[in-house]
Amino acid sequence: MSVNNLLENWSQFRHFHPVDDKPHDPYKWAMSIDLDACTGCNACSVACYAENNLPVVGKEKYAHGQAMHWIRIERYWDEDDREFPDQGAQFLPMMCQQCEAAPCETVCPVAATNHTADGLNSQVYNRCIGSRYCSANCPYKVRYFNWYDYPSDDNVWPAEMNQQLNPDVTVRGKGVMEKCTFCVQRLHAAKGTARSEGRIVRDGEVQTACQQACPASAISFGNLVDPESRVHKQWQAQQVALDKDVQTKDKEEGGSELRGYRIFEELRPYPSVMYLERVRESAV
Amino acid sequence: MKDIREDIAWAKINKDVLGSLENPRKLYWVILFCAFAAFGVGIGCEVYQYQTGLGVANLNNPHAWGLYISTFIFWIGMSHSGTLLSAILHLMHADWRKPIYRFAEAMTTFSLMTAGLFVMVHIGRLWQFYYSLPYPDERGIWPNFQSPLLWDAMAIFTYLSSSILFLYVGMIPDLAICRDNMHEGWRKKLYTLLSLGWEGTDRQWRNFRVTYLTIACFLIPLAVSVHSIVAADFAMSQQPGWHVTSFPPYFVAGALYSGCSGIITLFIILRYVFKFEEYMTLSILKKIVRLTFAIAMVWTYLNAVEFASVWYSSDQASKDILIQKATGTYAPFWWGMIFCGSIVPLTLAFKRAQTSIPMLFAVSLLLNLGMWLERWMIIAPTFSHGYYPWTWDHDQWPSLVQWGMVFGSFGWFTMLFMVFCKVFPSVSMYEVKEMVYHRSLHLKKSETAEQGAP
Repeated sequence: MSVNNLLENWSQFRHFHPVDDKPHDPYKWAMSIDLDACTGCNACSVACYAENNLPVVGKEKYAHGQAMHWIRIERYWDEDDREFPDQGAQFLPMMCQQCEAAPCETVCPVAATNHTADGLNSQVYNRCIGSRYCSANCPYKVRYFNWYDYPSDDNVWPAEMNQQLNPDVTVRGKGVMEKCTFCVQRLHAAKGTARSEGRIVRDGEVQTACQQACPASAISFGNLVDPESRVHKQWQAQQVALDKDVQTKDKEEGGSELRGYRIFEELRPYPSVMYLERVRESAV
Repeated sequence: MKDIREDIAWAKINKDVLGSLENPRKLYWVILFCAFAAFGVGIGCEVYQYQTGLGVANLNNPHAWGLYISTFIFWIGMSHSGTLLSAILHLMHADWRKPIYRFAEAMTTFSLMTAGLFVMVHIGRLWQFYYSLPYPDERGIWPNFQSPLLWDAMAIFTYLSSSILFLYVGMIPDLAICRDNMHEGWRKKLYTLLSLGWEGTDRQWRNFRVTYLTIACFLIPLAVSVHSIVAADFAMSQQPGWHVTSFPPYFVAGALYSGCSGIITLFIILRYVFKFEEYMTLSILKKIVRLTFAIAMVWTYLNAVEFASVWYSSDQASKDILIQKATGTYAPFWWGMIFCGSIVPLTLAFKRAQTSIPMLFAVSLLLNLGMWLERWMIIAPTFSHGYYPWTWDHDQWPSLVQWGMVFGSFGWFTMLFMVFCKVFPSVSMYEVKEMVYHRSLHLKKSETAEQGAP
């Protein structure tokens, strides 16, 4: 640490992220979620609570908007003239989109949220001071703040429940921000195994908790730069490129028949999650 | 109507101002007691929140910021007119500022301190706040220089330290007067220490003038940049309703506006409490009122610019927020802001209102209410109605803990300010003497001219 740090020519590192970026090597974690397959069963959310030691805040706090669900199932009613229970609904699982140019990263005063080499948006709990600027600037509002000291004061896990906590993941105290990590603890473990065997992680070798729990296999997760991965193939088939704010297929007249899209692409966060639009019953 | 009587004796100026250090009216103690009580409420709320977590403030997702940041901007804004009066008008040789700039500068310093407190109560881990300061760290970790919040922290610390310096330097000759006239006791020791051996020699005056002018020049760009940077917290973000190019000048105008109306309020209180009727004259009040009126119109104009640029843009999300502000949950407050900020100041255009103390007192409080609402209306609607419809939350209401802290901040500010005015001369004696001297010189000249020069 010295003043020399400040005097270095930092402009050489300036570039239009991620367009001018070096390609991720050897990993770029990404997801694709098929909304046609999603039944809105919430298994992903439950799996996430179990895997990542999320505090269950209870009815009252949930009603106050203080829930800690890293992945949430959003329900949108169909706007045809039918009444419930005939009325249809669509579901959309929403979690941190692990943006390549994440709006949350630049605004953090203490650099507690950063981009990792394998394309994740990381959150350093120990560095976070809880200014919540990241949440303010997140267009998806998928960052969750520890409004209370859930593990100790709030006793969200009664004594016998402590046994079910995942030892690979920390529990977070009050005053820090947290969010979906793409199950970074699993990624680390898989990368470690692969490294010791002198190879890279194979497709399907590592799954996120939500993906594993999804009964409809709506979620696929993998390494986007691996041409053999399912995610890569899906993104390619849907002609969705990571570093574009408008996809070429969408510029075509009359739009595209392909279902792949990313949410708020036009804001240029370059999200790493692609959704596959639901095929309407009426369209079939 | 004169700014000040030309025939006030210098000894009388000393006596009157030093009198304010000894025996204020009873109202002083009432105000101080209320301030202490209000501050106590704020402390109680903070202790509770610190122990329990920020959830007790009823913040949530998406309402990540609440009244804390709104009130933070409000207090930063309050600080600006002190610099306007003491530094900008100093450079412009507007001598009517002389009897009132001292308390305005104190207002700057104390409202900055209050604003700083709000950053502290806002952050989730108060005990780690120093992570946001660029201190040498053995692990080589710097704060994130890209973040407008970091610019904020630096700008505020710079502004605070410079304005404390400016307040202090400008006070040195007066502290020497206090030292020479005060009876023995802790106060005399304090003044002796702080007056730095001031004797009023030629050399000391020369150095003093240069120092004072230098700090004044240094302070002016700071005052503009601090609030521009606070505006950057919003303008640099990507959120609809915040991502507005005109925000920095808009914030600076709003700051001067609320600062000026704060000065009117405190002017009226000090004038009564410390019996300063001879120095804080209605004629001076009238000048500040006119200044406030002008700034109110600038603020109104910039507000209109913001609305127009949002309305005629193709940014649908921002437009939705504007519509939401005018018609949604926050409509009463938003229209309240328009009423207090743009309609109420129109009364100041009338000559009779410009010198009516009860009227001005009420108007200045309303203006500041409007300016506080303005800051809240910048924060809350954007959170309630952001980009992502699933997270819209129009019903979130700040808890009593938040309101208590806002209330407490007024107590803390008033407490500091009132203690300052009792311990230090809140009217600049040496500058009032200069003012009287120059005016009497001017009077003599015109009298000689009337009698006909030989």
